[in-house]
Amino acid sequence: MLNLNHLKFAKTHEWISPDGKIGISEHAQKEITDVVFVDIPSIGKSLAKEEEAGSIESVKAAFPIYAPCSGKVIAVNENVAKDPSMVNQSPYENGWFFQLEIKDANELQNLMTHDQYQEFLKTEVPSH
Amino acid sequence: MKTHIEPQLKHTPLYDWHKKNGAKCVGFAGWEMAVLYTSIVEEHLAVRKNAGVFDISHMGQIFVEGTGALNFLQKLCTNDISKCRVGHAIYSHICNTEGGVVDDIFVYSLVLNQYLVVVNASTANKDFDWMTKQKEGDVTIRNESDSFGMIALQGPKAISVASKLFKNIPGRHECLAENIQNETMFFCRTGYTGEDGLEIILPEENTLELWEKILFAGKDSNLLPCGLGARDTLRLEAGYLLYGNDVDEEHTSMESGPSWVVKLNKENFIGKEALLKQKNGELKKHLLAFKLKDRGIPRHGSKIFHQEEVVGQVTSGTFSPMLKIGIALGYVPLNLEGNFSIECNGKKIPAEVTKLPFYNK
Repeated sequence: MLNLNHLKFAKTHEWISPDGKIGISEHAQKEITDVVFVDIPSIGKSLAKEEEAGSIESVKAAFPIYAPCSGKVIAVNENVAKDPSMVNQSPYENGWFFQLEIKDANELQNLMTHDQYQEFLKTEVPSH
Repeated sequence: MKTHIEPQLKHTPLYDWHKKNGAKCVGFAGWEMAVLYTSIVEEHLAVRKNAGVFDISHMGQIFVEGTGALNFLQKLCTNDISKCRVGHAIYSHICNTEGGVVDDIFVYSLVLNQYLVVVNASTANKDFDWMTKQKEGDVTIRNESDSFGMIALQGPKAISVASKLFKNIPGRHECLAENIQNETMFFCRTGYTGEDGLEIILPEENTLELWEKILFAGKDSNLLPCGLGARDTLRLEAGYLLYGNDVDEEHTSMESGPSWVVKLNKENFIGKEALLKQKNGELKKHLLAFKLKDRGIPRHGSKIFHQEEVVGQVTSGTFSPMLKIGIALGYVPLNLEGNFSIECNGKKIPAEVTKLPFYNK
């Protein structure tokens, strides 16, 4: 079983790992379904917290990806760009989008733990 | 696909099965329908490669009977129903006097003077009222939509799956009424996916049993239960229009096509005069099919550009799982050539006009 306790979650359903990798949650991939295109930022790009960093498009609709914290893009996942269905198959491992050099670790304080995120989901109105 | 949640959605006889088996459900045309079980793309590909089964019990069934049935249907329909021999099926539009499309339907000729008309869920009551209003001669019209379930079994392996369950399978575009366990079931070799297959209409209370039998018989063929999501991507890839999106009363049959659906050499039918006028030079716009030349997915309502000018809106758009590109339909003015683009997720993506179907085997 994958340990999700080291991840932090945003209300917009992105997760970030301690080393700055960013992806979307299992809940989000299920809601979005069938991801067919992924737009990820280029290496070197500086992002502000909650800035739109890219987007994912599924058969259903397009969804923005927001940066959970500020930082510079230091790596991108070329594999997910080639095979976007990885977002559905493996949202917490192979389906990550890009990696940030975290500018200010304090910004992660406002994000949720996996348990808090699960509680947060219960308060969200199901979007179908 | 247009979806909207209504306070009191109707349930098909398979609703509990869908819920138990993890379907994601949405409101569609007043019904709470399964939109997908696992993945739209997976279900789509199952139908293209093997087989899939769809709950389409929301569809309406109207019976038209009597010695005047053919004449009445001829007056109602744009297509030539006299060409539909007993045991055959024909697709048609029903128009209002302005040529606007009241519904797109399938007419099945069951026996002499008895026709089954399969109509859209959202329009079943409107159609019945329209038909009743137009009624003349010895004709009885019965709206039996609420007493029937309907299952579509589609895909290259659909007929071999069906052969395990039924002795008699109708030929392509044919139909058959069968008495099984004292219940009448209608087998129609038609569909909405571009694949071979059957649409089976049966009493509501028998629907679940048949659904489970089909799933069991299809196990070795990798048959999957499929939701309305895959039904929508399949029908668009195959170039079939969706009533309420691509065809409606605001657009005429001449504008929407397909061209063969209107038989202007047929004697009078409702809407003929208006359609004839359009044919003779008054046609201003038409439904075109677009393939995107770059990455992007057109959606219902996306803007269609010709050069820099907005000339229309996408009526249906999706990602084609077979072609792996964005595809769309939309109404645009006549006589525009080249240089189309469609706005997808804020970006203008070049698009080329193409013939239907988008995908052909």
